[in-house]
Amino acid sequence: MLIKILREHLRPYKKWIIILSSLQLIGTIASLYLPSLMADIIDNGIVTGDTGYIMKTGGIMLGVTFVQIVGTITAVYFGAKASMAFGRDLRSSIFRKVGAFSSREVGKFGAPSLITRNTNDVYQVQMLVMMSFTMLIRAPITMVGGIIMAMKEDVGLSWLVAVAVPVLVVISGFIIKNMVPGFRKMQTRLDAVNKVLREQTSGIRVIRAFVRERFETSRFGTANTELTDVSINVGQWMAAMFPAVMLVMNLSTIAVLWFGGIRIGAGEMQIGALVAFLSYLIQILMAVMMATLMLVFVPRASVSADRIGEVLETEPSVVPPVHGIREASTTGVLELRSVGFQYAGATHPVLRDISFTALPGQTTAIIGSTGAGKSTLLNLIPRLFDATEGQVLIDGVDVREFDPDNLWSRIGIVPQRAYLFTGTVASNLRYGNPDATDEEMWNALEIAQARDFVEDMPKGLESNIAQGGTNVSGGQRQRLAIARALIREPEIYLFDDSFSALDVITDARLRSALEPVTRDATVLIVAQRVSTIADADRIVVLEDGAVVGLGTHDELLTTCPTYSEIVESQLRAEAS
Amino acid sequence: MSTPTTPDGTPAGSKKMKETERIGGGRGPGHGPMGGGMVGQKSMNFGPSARRLVRRLRPQRGKIAVIIVAAIIAVAMSAIGPKVLGHATDIVFSGAVGKMFPAGMTKEQAVAGLRTAGQDKIAEMLSSMDVVPGQGIDFTALRNVLLLLIGLYAAAALLTFLQGYLLNDVVQYTIKDLRSDVEDKLNKLPLRYFDTQPRGELLSRVTNDMDNLSQTLQQTMSQVMTSVLTIVFVMVMMFDISWTLALITLASVPISMFVAAKVMGRSRTHFITQWRSTGVLNSQVEEAFTGHSLIKVFGRQQEVQETFETENEELYEASFMAQFFSSLIMPIMLFIGNLNYVVIAVVGGLRVASGTLSLGDIQAFIQYTRRFTQPVTQVASMVNLLQSGVASAERVFELLDAEEEPPDEHQPQLIENPTGQVSFDDVSFRYEEDRPLIEHVSLAVEPGQTVAIVGPTGAGKTTLVNLVMRFYDLDAGRITLEGVDIAELRRQDLRSEIGMVLQDTWLFQGTVRENIMYGKLDATEEEMLEAARATFVDRFVHSLPDGYDTVVDDEGNNISAGEKQLLTIARAFLANPPLLILDEATSSVDTRTELLVQHAMAALRSDRTSFVIAHRLSTIRDADLILVMEEGQIVEQGTHDELIAAGGSYATLYATQLSGPDVALAPPQVSSRQPAGAGGMPTMGMGRGRSGPAAGSPAEDD
Repeated sequence: MLIKILREHLRPYKKWIIILSSLQLIGTIASLYLPSLMADIIDNGIVTGDTGYIMKTGGIMLGVTFVQIVGTITAVYFGAKASMAFGRDLRSSIFRKVGAFSSREVGKFGAPSLITRNTNDVYQVQMLVMMSFTMLIRAPITMVGGIIMAMKEDVGLSWLVAVAVPVLVVISGFIIKNMVPGFRKMQTRLDAVNKVLREQTSGIRVIRAFVRERFETSRFGTANTELTDVSINVGQWMAAMFPAVMLVMNLSTIAVLWFGGIRIGAGEMQIGALVAFLSYLIQILMAVMMATLMLVFVPRASVSADRIGEVLETEPSVVPPVHGIREASTTGVLELRSVGFQYAGATHPVLRDISFTALPGQTTAIIGSTGAGKSTLLNLIPRLFDATEGQVLIDGVDVREFDPDNLWSRIGIVPQRAYLFTGTVASNLRYGNPDATDEEMWNALEIAQARDFVEDMPKGLESNIAQGGTNVSGGQRQRLAIARALIREPEIYLFDDSFSALDVITDARLRSALEPVTRDATVLIVAQRVSTIADADRIVVLEDGAVVGLGTHDELLTTCPTYSEIVESQLRAEAS
Repeated sequence: MSTPTTPDGTPAGSKKMKETERIGGGRGPGHGPMGGGMVGQKSMNFGPSARRLVRRLRPQRGKIAVIIVAAIIAVAMSAIGPKVLGHATDIVFSGAVGKMFPAGMTKEQAVAGLRTAGQDKIAEMLSSMDVVPGQGIDFTALRNVLLLLIGLYAAAALLTFLQGYLLNDVVQYTIKDLRSDVEDKLNKLPLRYFDTQPRGELLSRVTNDMDNLSQTLQQTMSQVMTSVLTIVFVMVMMFDISWTLALITLASVPISMFVAAKVMGRSRTHFITQWRSTGVLNSQVEEAFTGHSLIKVFGRQQEVQETFETENEELYEASFMAQFFSSLIMPIMLFIGNLNYVVIAVVGGLRVASGTLSLGDIQAFIQYTRRFTQPVTQVASMVNLLQSGVASAERVFELLDAEEEPPDEHQPQLIENPTGQVSFDDVSFRYEEDRPLIEHVSLAVEPGQTVAIVGPTGAGKTTLVNLVMRFYDLDAGRITLEGVDIAELRRQDLRSEIGMVLQDTWLFQGTVRENIMYGKLDATEEEMLEAARATFVDRFVHSLPDGYDTVVDDEGNNISAGEKQLLTIARAFLANPPLLILDEATSSVDTRTELLVQHAMAALRSDRTSFVIAHRLSTIRDADLILVMEEGQIVEQGTHDELIAAGGSYATLYATQLSGPDVALAPPQVSSRQPAGAGGMPTMGMGRGRSGPAAGSPAEDD
């Protein structure tokens, strides 16, 4: 998956990559050429005492150095540009993809997981690309070039490269192999320690009430010790890494001097060549070590790439029609015809064979216990999910045939979890209708019983709303969400358990204020409480995903056992 | 939880920033060049915090002494290395030169010969060398030198390892101790501290800051020490070889530093922009994905996508610049290094030619210059990391310095056979000095009585029961248990007598069994099962995958909110305390489960003194004593019949709300999907339209 993502998303930057590769090649060759020049300075300058030569060669050396750094810096420039652009494109692709998802796919991954994939996981892959472009790419070039140059200096010593490189690879590979699982374990145990701390801060009252401080401390102690143990283990391997690598390098130097000395003694080699050879060997070994170190990041990035790939390869289950119907206006007659919904791979359907009609000017309520499928049913109407069986129709037209924007413009939804967006009260209300005037907004707030507290806020409509709406109370959040739906003046209202955070009086006031506004609209209310829906025109009773009762409160009390059971359980809870 | 009092979400925001920093900072290895990622935060008090951090190493000073000695020897040995290596080169070189002259010739003859040939410079050089004409390389001497080198390097490697090994121990144990201290501190802090600190902020200190600190220590300690030592030793060696060359090299240091500072300054500002952009983008993604369905239905997809693209582009610009500038350092340093090399080669070459320096020396010197620039750059790049680490340390220390709960009495009272007799004697308490909350409350509760507390949000109901637990200390008056002032009891003795069931259904990560046993750690399996049966936990446990061994936790969703609530009741049941405190709110449990919860609560209450923050008509009506609270005062108290007869505010409330039409008795509900603490938990709407978080205490049930 890593390869696939890289191939696909780096394609637009092929040109940059070619440029940066050639620049890195130039830079690396230049830096490889340097030892040769240094050797010349020693051989031809210092040994013969030719100062002029030293100056001249020194000048060339500086020129080469300059070429080297210009090459490297330009390469880094393009490398940073390409890898960051890669990250940007990848983020954009994921974001676009998720935008096309239906609630079903979002639910499958979970919003937090999608967020991590869109940010953190991309970051991991992006950094690997960046490091590859700026550092990793130099390793093979240095290795090949270094070997060629070293052999040019003296073929007789080149077998030393063949010995030193594998030794270094084996040693550093061995250490890294032992370290990587440790890192992973360290992460899990760090999470465990943090989890205990998180539980302790959130459960502080319970801990104190049960006098379990000591128990908690010992629980934490275990997690802490486990973390420390693995950290120490990893740290020991890390402590071994540096001296081991240095030792290999130093021993190689000694070997070069010894065997080089023999060859010089035999007159087969010049002293300058010895020095140059030494530099090349060190450069080669450094490149090898860099490459091995980089490899540590590959597994991590590839896990991230897999997670990204999962998102990119998921196809949205709700697809907008090619030529969607764009009707100017409808009456808002909503009909469900033998609707069923089942998750792929699930053994039981969430909804089965549901049929009912909700008429304009009427309130249709849906009741049932948790998990009966109430919210799912509601979500089928704006196509947050698509029914897997049967049809959802508005004025006789299947919702799947509408242009999505056209469909959504007919619907005002107040979700179970009232969610507000970062911005102001006004910007949140304008979500419902971008052109709403202040007057319209105040009007909607008034109906939603939110006028008072918005007026009390320091800046009124322009007061800040934090992400998710966490800076207002649950009840206030719910009322703002209701105002947001009202301002849209839709044909169909969907209230998903939307009055739950309101106290009895506000609830009553709100519902009576809603009445004139929703007089001509189709209103669907999901509720758990009988009291909320007792006066609805029609009540749909759901049980295990199927309709078990349909009628008014009074009718259902006599005809529907499940309904009377629910009513009774709420009464009995009172009376017990 | 007290989230509504949070002004404008700033704590949440700042926490987010922190998280994005963590994303950028990277968790694993290879933090090095990315150290700039943490520049967002800076220490305000670098000196004191750093010193205090060092003081924490004191228990390990034995190891530290060994580490320092090992490091000094190891660095010295590696520093001598090039010099010895240079000597080896000299042997090879003089052997090579020696072979150029016939054997039997004296050195002087060779020099003279060169002079007559006009090769003055070589002659001069030769005269300073240890050359025996005609003799090739002295392999015995070379072997000896190289063997010495092997020994030197091996010993240095071993010592470096030893130093790293011990240092790792020191760092890890220091961190471990610090973590324990932090955890310990959590248990000693007064609840007030938890109320006033936003939870995210506190959590960030105990997790993110601790992690950052430990990473910084791990990464910098060993490197900084080795680097500084290396700089010192290499300088000594360089001066030993040649003052002139050493001074030339030293001159390059300020240049390097200046350039490094410049470039890092630039990349730092770009990094700051990068993290800011990352933060903005992340919260945008978070918002877009969390509000996914709303954005769709309200037709805002296009707009959201556009904003994202803009921010994404900005992040790209910023991170590109940041990465580019931070990668500049290495090549520039390399250039300065090479420049230095050429100067050294020219000057050194002249000196070798003039015979003042041997070829080996110049080679050794060149090696030293290479070893010199690297640690200098390293120290420079570590400054950022250190700064962010110390800033984290400062935040951790702040937590450790926070005022603790006053200690228990030296000679605490003991209660032998508690019956559950509680009385309040003119009790006053306020969270904030200028906001009265509980004012002059007095009441007496006889053993076995059920006390129902009713009143609007913010009336002080939860505070009242928290005072019984001694979660807070009183401002005036006293609360007694069996006639003994609870302030004279040890907190743990007091709390052991009280069982508490909160609406916040906190469970820890562990099995169902472990969570029930939390109420009584040494309970037998039979006792545990009995509690589970009495509280209807047993019923649903059998439908769980691993029965009582199923792992549950506070955040997980494998059991429902109602089931969680039953578990917390079972926990209190097992504890079997003489006194009970129940917060009855049954948040969004479906009605049939709720019935079970009610039964379980009733089972728990029987024969025990209990304080119930009541929402249920049945509980209220059957209570032995009803307290009606308004604005921190008990405005009425008595039995149901008495209060109805009195015709006061309870009677009004009862008439208008409690006995409403057929089914409208149930309290409004909050969705179970709502994360704990995020929603406003309604209590019975007795406050007549006061629904928002009115003049409430931070700890009041929100």
